Amino acid sequence: MSNAWWTPAATIWWVILIKSAVLLLVVITTFAYAMLFERKVMGWMQMRPGPNRVGPWGLLQPAVDAVKLILKEDLTPKTADPLIYRLAPFISLITALSVYAVIPFAQPGPGNLWAISDVNAGILFILALTSIGVYGISLGGWASGSKYPLLGSVRATAQMISYELAMSMSLIGVLILAGTTSLAGIVNAQAKWWFFIPQIVGFLIYVITAVAETNRAPFDLVEADAELVGGFNTEYSGLRFGLFFIAEYINMLTVSCIATLLFLGGWNAPFGLTMVPGIVWFLIKVALFMFFYIWLRSTFPRFRYDRLMAFGWKVLLPVATLNLVVTAIVVAVWG
Amino acid sequence: MAKKNLYNVGALLAGLGVTFKYMFQKKPTIQYPSEKKKHAPRFHGLHELRRYADGKERCIGCELCSSVCPANAITVVGAENSPEDRRSPGERYAARYEIDELRCIFCGMCEEACPTDAIVLTPRFEMSDYRRGSLIYAKDRLIVPPEAGVGTPPDDRPGGIPADLGRVAEQKSTADWQQGYDATWRGQVLKTQKKGLAEN
Repeated sequence: MSNAWWTPAATIWWVILIKSAVLLLVVITTFAYAMLFERKVMGWMQMRPGPNRVGPWGLLQPAVDAVKLILKEDLTPKTADPLIYRLAPFISLITALSVYAVIPFAQPGPGNLWAISDVNAGILFILALTSIGVYGISLGGWASGSKYPLLGSVRATAQMISYELAMSMSLIGVLILAGTTSLAGIVNAQAKWWFFIPQIVGFLIYVITAVAETNRAPFDLVEADAELVGGFNTEYSGLRFGLFFIAEYINMLTVSCIATLLFLGGWNAPFGLTMVPGIVWFLIKVALFMFFYIWLRSTFPRFRYDRLMAFGWKVLLPVATLNLVVTAIVVAVWG
Repeated sequence: MAKKNLYNVGALLAGLGVTFKYMFQKKPTIQYPSEKKKHAPRFHGLHELRRYADGKERCIGCELCSSVCPANAITVVGAENSPEDRRSPGERYAARYEIDELRCIFCGMCEEACPTDAIVLTPRFEMSDYRRGSLIYAKDRLIVPPEAGVGTPPDDRPGGIPADLGRVAEQKSTADWQQGYDATWRGQVLKTQKKGLAEN
């Protein structure tokens, strides 16, 4: 079946289009249920049952939430810059979604449905896109013409710059070990052992910066409900708020996918359990990561802003750089 | 003594452990409309106007409840009984009896002041409605059906004093407060959760 009509090798545009549409649907649905999962797990951790009124076990909650967001009034503040204000949610969402074009969910190649494309600079492409995603938050807060969103977007910009550096540094160690920037290549380089073992420092730094990168608690200073009344999205309502919301969760999913691909061996099966298909292992690892996120959120209080900055610049960045240098030396001498 | 600083990883892990442990614990939530906590035996809820066993109203229209009410929630307008239409064993009966449940503070003073144990507080507490007006409970909603009457009317007794004063609320209630009462939702009786204060 190496030349079947649906093989990714065949770059028929409509095959790619259909696969993209399906993937879009899957990602949005995953977002919806990730949200329900988060509310459930957070509820359990706070001794509550979580949403359970809509549908059996609360399973229709995402649908109801979506209807609610769509029906809400769409407000634009008088002081807002109308064009940028309306554009910002789309920047966030589109960049968040575009990342999935290059994420391979299983071994790409002939006869495999689970990847849209295998870009040879995949990880760089993802980093570039997620950096653009910050513009959505920054512009949205700035264009709202209101003080809390402005503070939120200033924080977003500062936080992103600080943590994206450490994040990229922690990823370069993996790139040196794998010797490639192709995501599929990195996963295949982990056939023997997963990179979180030799790159444990990089892995830890990545996990921390990923939380900061997606503006999740305890690094959610951009939103900071308590001080900034929701931060950059204070003035947004209805579906525009919904777009930011979707983008946040999809970014969560993205960094979980990256962690899985770069550190946890992607679709490689642990303990030689190869009878389970790779896609299942991939999804299990991503789900574990998502759970870890929720776990963090329901455990830790928000950082103080100066400590966040100090932690980023004085701890994460030097340690990530050191990790990178040591990895480079080890690979150069013994590699 | 653990060092209290930002980089105390042990404390962070301990915190994660706590939330993880709680995730698997039984939840104390009571699923309210479908499950209800049993309330205290003498819980002060919605009022009820009682009758005697023969169906006569206990209320004699004396307006003591209305005078004692600290929230001015009760309106009583008395009227004379006539021989052909005796509503209550006394000379007078309450032609109008209205309680504004929005004003009421459920203190139970009316119940204490009532000389004939006509007004009692039941454990019902679900009175929410969409209009203020519909929370003014008039006699038609307060009075119990004739078959729910308790006690012998004083006319039939030597001395004319009711023997059951002070215990009417416990004798026979449309809401049995020893058992709690069955939770209803949209007319259906749902399961009653028997836990909480009244457990014994």
